[in-house]
Amino acid sequence: MSTRIVEVRAKVLKQNDLLAHALRERFQKSGTCVVSLVSSPGSGKTAFLEKLLGALSRDYRVAALVGDLATENDAARLQRATPNVRQITTGTICHLDAQMVEAALESWRLETIDFLFIENVGNLVCPSSYDLGEELRFVLLSATEGEDKPLKYPTIFNSSDVAIITKMDLADAADFDLAAARQNIEGVRPGMKVVEVSSKTGLGMGEVLDLLHAQLARSRETQVEAAL
Amino acid sequence: MHELSIAISMIDQIIEESESRGGLDVEVVHLKLGVFSGVDKAALLFSYELACADTPLEGSRLLIETIPLVIYCEACQKNRIPPSIYQLCCPECQTPGQTIVSGREIEVASLEVAA
Repeated sequence: MSTRIVEVRAKVLKQNDLLAHALRERFQKSGTCVVSLVSSPGSGKTAFLEKLLGALSRDYRVAALVGDLATENDAARLQRATPNVRQITTGTICHLDAQMVEAALESWRLETIDFLFIENVGNLVCPSSYDLGEELRFVLLSATEGEDKPLKYPTIFNSSDVAIITKMDLADAADFDLAAARQNIEGVRPGMKVVEVSSKTGLGMGEVLDLLHAQLARSRETQVEAAL
Repeated sequence: MHELSIAISMIDQIIEESESRGGLDVEVVHLKLGVFSGVDKAALLFSYELACADTPLEGSRLLIETIPLVIYCEACQKNRIPPSIYQLCCPECQTPGQTIVSGREIEVASLEVAA
């Protein structure tokens, strides 16, 4: 039996990409600065986000979506900083996708939100393939994980915009080689912005807040352009 | 492991493609998979077979073409293959490369169908 070739050339994640694109347009129209956080489990995403929400909520309207396979523990923690927190429990799925984000936003009025954070499921592999419509993606690496994480997971580091090195208060105890970590990040994502933080001592939080303010200003500019 | 999600998205897409062309008897699916796509080839092959069960694609084969990582070197003004996927620089002049030309693909290229 003979066969023939049918050209297709279709991106497998086209549906997700289209939806993420539509979300990005919505965020631009509402002037919401959307930042996602990815890291391995236990690198301190929730503690970091708790501090950020606490600091930002004094002057801004903030909200967060937080993904986990199970439990609502993280949402409960973040709700101490702001009531606008929703947990996305993915069941067995190891990553968030644009559809889950869209569903979780239901009934929220985006124009009343300045900063929206999306905390992905703790995983350094799968989230790299899924665009969530965010403006900035932070990848977190804790000092206790070791400096070679970027080399082991180059795809996620490359798909992110800013690297946050967390738990710097434990760096000495863990014999963390900061120079090597920075060099490894530079190898997988040349020119990437790196910030060293400690959610415990507050180290580096000012720098992260400056970065977020600058991004919000850019989001506002895009909003004006989108409205013209 | 998100390869099962990827396989299911892929199968849905091929079935849609097939139906839009009046129903194809798909024997082989050719996929382009970038080394920087975040998707593991072996896990995807395994997931594909599982996900095909009880669909019109059951019994079809998945052939994966691996696409290398290619960056653009601003200094040489040429596309280059970096020394490794964790060292994104030009192999000739060592300039770091921020622009990825290819290597992120997860793309159904073509289908072999019974004529």
